[in-house]
Formats: sequence, structure tokens, C-alpha cells
Amino acid sequence: MATAALTHDAHDAHEHEHEHHEQNFIQKYVFSEDHKMIAKQYLITGIIWAFIGGLLSILFRLQLGFPDMKLDGLRWLLGEWINPEGKLESEFYLALVTMHGTIMVFFVLTAGLSGTFSNFLIPLQIGARDMASGFLNMLSYWFFLVASMIMLCSLFISTGPAAGGWVIYPPLSAIPTASNGSGMGMSLWLVAMALFIVSQLMGGLNYVTTIINLRTRGLSFSKLPLTIWSFFLTAVLGILSFPVLLSAALLLIFDRNFGTSFYISEIYIGGEALPQQGGSAILFQHLFWFLGHPEVYIVLLPALGITSEVIATNARKPIFGYRAMIGSMLGITLLAFIVWAHHMFVTGMNPFLGSVFMFLTLIIAVPSAVKGFNYITTLWRGNIVFTPAMLFSIGLVSLFIAGGVTGIILGNAALDIQLHDTYFVVAHFHLVMGSASFFGLMAGVYHWFPKMYGRMMNNTLGYIHFWLSFIGVFCVFFPMHYIGIAGFPRRYYSFSTYDMTNSFADLNQFISVAAIVTFAAQGLFAWNFFYSIFRGKKSVQNPWRSTTLEWTTPVVVGHGNWEGPIPAVYRWPYDFSKPGSVEDFIPQTVPFSATPESNLPEETEQIALEKTIEELHPYQKEVSAKSGGH
Amino acid sequence: MVYIVGLLAAVLLVLTLVVLNRMSVFTKGFASSQGADTPGMANKINAALLPIVFLLGSIAGVWSFIEAAPKFLPSPSSEHGVHTDTMFWWFMAIVTTAFFLTSVLLFVFAFKYQYDPKRRATFYPVNHRLELAWTVIPAIVMAIMVFMGWRVWRDITSEAPADAYVIEVTGKQFNWIARYPGVDNNKLGSYNYKLIDATNEVGIDLTDENSFDDVISNTLYIPKGVPVLLKIRARDVLHSVFLPHLRVKMDAVPGMPTKFWFKATKTTDEMKAETNDPKFEYRLNCTEICGQGHFSMKMNVVVLEEEEFQAWLKTQKSFLATNATYLDRVPARLKAKAMKYTESGSEEAPAEGEAPSDSTASASAATASLR
Repeated sequence: MATAALTHDAHDAHEHEHEHHEQNFIQKYVFSEDHKMIAKQYLITGIIWAFIGGLLSILFRLQLGFPDMKLDGLRWLLGEWINPEGKLESEFYLALVTMHGTIMVFFVLTAGLSGTFSNFLIPLQIGARDMASGFLNMLSYWFFLVASMIMLCSLFISTGPAAGGWVIYPPLSAIPTASNGSGMGMSLWLVAMALFIVSQLMGGLNYVTTIINLRTRGLSFSKLPLTIWSFFLTAVLGILSFPVLLSAALLLIFDRNFGTSFYISEIYIGGEALPQQGGSAILFQHLFWFLGHPEVYIVLLPALGITSEVIATNARKPIFGYRAMIGSMLGITLLAFIVWAHHMFVTGMNPFLGSVFMFLTLIIAVPSAVKGFNYITTLWRGNIVFTPAMLFSIGLVSLFIAGGVTGIILGNAALDIQLHDTYFVVAHFHLVMGSASFFGLMAGVYHWFPKMYGRMMNNTLGYIHFWLSFIGVFCVFFPMHYIGIAGFPRRYYSFSTYDMTNSFADLNQFISVAAIVTFAAQGLFAWNFFYSIFRGKKSVQNPWRSTTLEWTTPVVVGHGNWEGPIPAVYRWPYDFSKPGSVEDFIPQTVPFSATPESNLPEETEQIALEKTIEELHPYQKEVSAKSGGH
Repeated sequence: MVYIVGLLAAVLLVLTLVVLNRMSVFTKGFASSQGADTPGMANKINAALLPIVFLLGSIAGVWSFIEAAPKFLPSPSSEHGVHTDTMFWWFMAIVTTAFFLTSVLLFVFAFKYQYDPKRRATFYPVNHRLELAWTVIPAIVMAIMVFMGWRVWRDITSEAPADAYVIEVTGKQFNWIARYPGVDNNKLGSYNYKLIDATNEVGIDLTDENSFDDVISNTLYIPKGVPVLLKIRARDVLHSVFLPHLRVKMDAVPGMPTKFWFKATKTTDEMKAETNDPKFEYRLNCTEICGQGHFSMKMNVVVLEEEEFQAWLKTQKSFLATNATYLDRVPARLKAKAMKYTESGSEEAPAEGEAPSDSTASASAATASLR
């Protein structure tokens, strides 16, 4: 039934195009149902959010690096959050870290990364004219944008945005009297996140449906590019875990507004004992991290998928261990759901549960290690072209290793006792999740920019951007390990009570300066990006000499993606530098019968199957409206 | 010193910029009619920079570690802390080695196999034996690490010995309150959050006779060498007990008492000698975000020899003795027993947590630490 419906959909879209040759501005750029435009909307919204999120981090880095600095100059922006002494309010500091985390994790690395590239690449790389449901896809973006706007508004209300950390643990987030940020700011946070989850679910369902049903003829799962595998598994993770966060948020809304006691129990605050009894604050943490941990992989897997593609293309080599890469992603996806409580070793959870989660957590390190080794082996005896995308991918692998190894330490419950909620954790997850995913996002933008806009970005600026970011990110997060080993707790406005001697004052200053430089370097990217959209050098059809389907579309891709029939796929996406072949890459659309000189024995056998591939899905051979002879 | 590193980094960055800027001249020369440039000088420079930056980064990493190490926490003051610290540094050595090995391969391969028009990449899609090796070896190493970690974790989280000295710590926005079971027995009286008021800050239930000798203190006194069981509570929102020097951390959760037991091995005075810092003080910090005053939510902690501790405790007046008005709450049948704890000092009621000035030598040491 699903297939029938989708065939009908595709047919519908086809009909639709015959009716409207010219789309007006609103249809084309605003309420667009074209996956490529929606991807660009996600990307640009994500970039704007990244700058806002980054700016917030610079504000609190000023406080941490230069605690005595007078910030009166920022009063035009922050108003009363700068107190009469010219310092940041301690409560606003917490609001800043909360919003920085929320924005970066959800709006930049979830929406900006998988929203952009899942939307952009899925139809192009699987050979589909568009997503299974363009309308749902459009709704997904607009729900995200509304969520964004609400979250943005919360920054400007007088009591300030949510200030309970991005994990919004109750009872702090449940009781408005406990903190200014737990009032209106928290309500807006919850509403924004609820809408965001709806957006993610609509997006995710679309990605999964599209990948399962709309692959072109011949493109079996075992021939899918690793990007598509990663988007597929990311969407599955999101679909299964985001609803749990939604339920957690709903119960929290009940506790906040309707006097229930899901999370609240035996609380005496503001001079009175609250009537609620029997709730469990730990319940929220279980629900939150049931999303929260898969969320780490929701942001990381697409980055790893992009990296696989970029590294293989630019090393001019097949990705090493294609099946092992898929296997480890499947393993990560499965294990991601059963490690969440390693965030909760010292919450008072039963220590036996801690033991179980410690074992499960350390298992997930194995597929992650396999991925790292496979990337390195892909470089071995390659012929590497260092495009900015390639540099960012190598940077990602480096960050993934640097941040990943400390995960082995933190996943050990006994060691986590001391390190939990210290800067060691901050260093760990900013390297392995934050920066690595960010580098994956950048690699993707540099790599697929020509496909998005038909123009090239400036390489030199790209190189400078990479080196400043790469060195900068290590300068910011590597020293945080030291501060963490010295026991400094995170989310501290000032260390005056933890450490009277102020021993890491100069290191904190160094980190802040490095953070400002790294943040400023992103300006180069923004300039390069927006300038190149309009003025960049014109691209050719396949600038990186890659094998996947998107590079068989016209330079400027129109509605419907391929002007003629959708091409069929005959081979896996990594036939780079194949012995016997003249060119150092063979696109997926080239049948084995055309390359007798380079075929492996088992591939020669597949020539017989090519006829059957040709006969599949006749509707795909229909010509898109663009070249439909009108 | 950090400024020097900062300066070096800045110089390096400027150099990078200059080189890369020059490079654009070369790349322009290579610009063809194609969209992407043929790899040229830029490719060589980037290939060379990868191992160079890694090398310089490693040097900076090692140097900064040596620089930062003296500022790490002093050696642990608790029995289990010695185990976790040893394990931490061993495991750090293992993962740092793994980090360097893989990073060297990553950056050296990137440099060595940079684009060369005369060469062609090796078509090398799979090697099952290699993959099996690097799946199994990390799995074994990790299994050993996790097993060692689990044994330490199991010991730390085991039931406290029956003779452990019980101390209750309650967190509230934004300070900590300690409660001792008093001198008569090792039993804390029960509590109820609904009994909390401005004086009875932890909600002591005076219908329970065990509560009559309970002592409240704003400083946490801990006896050395005996197992101590911290019973941890929170009044309003989540807090977390963090005793960095004792390697203790456990969240305080409203409505769900938690616990952590440990054995302190060094008194405050011994630590003063060890760290060569006459101002050294143990402390308890909050490590769970709890609102505006989170960063300042701290409690002074004093570790005493066991005899000193007992002496200090004897000088302390029970909550009931300090606040005689709460006698009304005591049920009639227990009034007589309760009176025993109040008779001695109901007239001059010192502020809670403070030891009288005429105490013994050991107790005065404690008072000094208290300031």
C-alpha cells in the first residue's frame, strides 16, 4: 500500500509541475516543498543559530576568563543582566550556558546538520525527485522555525530564558520560585522544544520513508552511500527517542502548571512545604537521557556519514570496510538506546544499575573505535586532495579520537564519581560531540556547496577557516581537561569559592581568548558562504570527481532533480582508483557491462542482472517537467 | 607562562595566514576551466601543516600538562580515592597512548599520501583479518578496563559497615546543613519535610526519641580513620555533595535520600603539612546546578582525629538544648527523657555550630579551623 501511495505521490508531483511552470517567489523561496530549498532554509537558519549560540558562549567566557572585567559596554545588549558593578548577573550566566547548550545541540547540530544534509542529500543520492512528502517536509521546517522564534523570544523576556542547564532537571525547572529562569523562560523553552520535537518527527519519518521507498532502480541498501546510511539511522534514533523527551516535557508542564507530582516530592521552598509527595526527580533524568544519549549520536552520525563520503572521495580510495562502517553505525544506533544512565552514576540511582550501564557503555566504544581505524586506513596509500571539506573531515577524525578516548574514562562509574559535572566532562563532550559534529557540518557545507548553489566557495578562505578552527578548538577544549582533573565544577559563575588561590586564572584567560579567536574565524566562513552564493566561481557538474548520484544532476539542480529519467544504479558508491579503470573514479550509474577492464570476478557475474535493474520502476524513466518538451 | 603559549599560538596563526595568503597566488595559477582546482601548492602546504600542527600541538600539550600538574588536587584523603586516582592515571596513560598512536597514523598518512599526479591510490576496500584484529583488541582492552572499574565501583558502593559513623548532610538554596546523631547512640532522629521552619532547618521530628541528642552544624566535621556514612538530602531542588579532596560525589535529591560512605585518611592538620599551605581547608562544593547561588554553595569541612572529633562532639549542644522551645513538640511520654538533654545548658544557648570557647585543646583546634 505504501508503495502504491508513493508512486501516486510521485505521479502527483509530476502532474503538479505540468500545471505550474513558474513558481512565484513565495512558493520557491518561502513555503517551498522542494527538498533542496528546505535544506538551504535549514542550513541558513542553522548558521544564524550557530552565531547566536557562539555569541552566548563568548559572553560567559568573558566572565570566566576575565572575572574582573567591566562589561558596562554591553549594557545596550544585555540591559539589567549587567549589574550596577558592571558585571554579568550570576543568574544570567546560568541562562547563558543553558541557552548555549540548547541552541547548539538542538537548533544547530540537530536541525542545522541533519535537517540540512538529510533533506539535501537523501533524494539526490538515492535518485528520487523529492522527499516522500514535500508538504510534511515543509511543515517540518516551519515548525522548527516557530520553535526557533519562541526560543529566541525567551532570550528577551524580563525574567530571562531558562536557566537550569540544557538538561532542565526538575525540581529546579519545575518550581518557578526556585529561579528566575524557571518562570516564563522555562515555559517558553518547553513550548519551543515541544514544537521542535514535532518538527524532528515529521522530518525523520520523511527521511525513513523516502530512503525505504524511493530509491532508484538498482540501488539496494548494500549500495547506499554511507551518508544515506547515517541519515537513515539518525532518523530512526530520532523517531524512537524524541517522543520520550516530549513525554518528559509534558509531565514537567503538568508539574509546573497543574499541581501534579511526577517529578516533585517533599519540597520545602520559599518558606513553605509544597503538598506534592511521591514524585521522583530521577524519573525525569531517566526520560531526559533516554533521548539525551541517542541525541549525541543524532548529531554525530550524520557528521560521520559526511566524513566517510568526503574522505573516500578526496583520498581517491574506497572507504575501508564499507560493511564494517554500516555494522558499526547499526551497533552504535542499537547501543545508543541502552547506555543513557551513564549520565546518572552519582544521582543516587541503584549502584547495580550503574554497573550494568558501565558495561554497556564500554561496549559502544568498540564500534566507535572501528570507525576511527577505518578512516585512518582509508587514508593509507590514498592520493589525497586537501579540499577544505577534506581538512574538516580529517579534523573531525582527530577530534573524534581526542574526545572519544576520555569517554572511556568517564564511562567508568568509579572514575566518574570524581569527574562527573567537572570541566573534564565539558572538555570531553565538546570535543567528541560538539566540535566533531560541527566539523562534519562544515565538511558537508564545503563539499556540497557546488551542488547547492552551482558555485564554488573560495578555497583559500576555507583553508584559513579550517586552520583557525582546528587549532582554536583544541586550544579551547584541551586545557579544560586540566581544570576538570583539578576538580573544578561546571556551570560555576565564578571559582572564588571553589579555589581561593585562583590557580587556573591565566589558563581560563587563555581559553577565553582562544574561544574569541575561534568564534571570530567563523566570520570568514560566513562571508565566504554568503559571498560565494552570489559571486563564487561557477561550478562544473562533478567538481570533486565523485561517484554518487547527486553529481549526475545538472550544475544548477531544478525541481525534480534530473531533467531526463532518473538514472539507475549498478555499483557501490566507492569505486575509486579501481585497477584497470582509466579514470580514478567510476560513477554509480556506470553498469559493469561498460567496464569489463576493471570488473572484479563477482562483478562480472552481476552483468546478467543489469537487465532486470533496467526494467524496475518504469515511472522513474518518465522525464521531469523541466525537460518535458514544453 | 600561559601568555608565552598564547603568543606562540598567535605567531603561528599569523604565519599560517601569511603562508595561506601567499598560497592563493599559486592556486590561482592552477585555476583551470574546471570548477575545482587541480591540487597544487596549496595541497602540499596543507599536507605539511597537518603533521607540523600535530607535532607542535603535542609539544604544547605535554608542556601544558607539566605546567598544570602542580595545580591538580593533592593526593586523595580517602581510602577509595587512592584506588580511583591510581586507576584514573593508569587509564589516562592507556588512552593517551591510544590517542597518540592513532593520531600519528592519521596525520602521517595524510602527509605521506598527499596528492601526487604520478601515483594512483591503492584500491583496498576491505581486510577482514585486520578489521577483526582491531575490533577484538580494543574490545579486550576495554573489557579489562571495565572489569577493573566495576570492582572498584562495587567496593565503593557496597553497603556501609554497620559501625560506620552516620552524618546527615542537607542541601538547600544556597548552603549546606550537617546533622550528627549526637553522643548517646549512632542514630539520627527521623525527619519530615513538613516540620521544616526557620529554626528547624532540616525538619527534625521531635516525636522520635533518637532526635533529642541530634546536633546541627554549619561546618562538616569528619572523624579520620573510621567509616563515615553520609546520608544526603535536599530540601528544595537538586544539589550535589562534592568533596574534591576526598573523591566523594553524590547528588542530593528532594524526596529521595541518597548516601555515600568513605573513610578519611588525613586530617586537616596533616593536609596543611602535606600541601605546605597553612590556610588549607577541606570543603564541600555543590556540583548540581541549583540556581543563582550555585557557584557559592559551599561548606567548610574539617577532618579530625577520632578522639578530637569525639571531644568536639561532646562540646556541642543538641538541637533540642539550643532551641528549648521545641520541647513542646515532644510527646508527653518522652518529655522526661528529652529534659535530660536540655537541662544542662538551656540558659546560655550558643549559636549553633560554634564550640564554646573554654573547650579542650583538641576542640579548640577545631574551633580555630572553624574561625
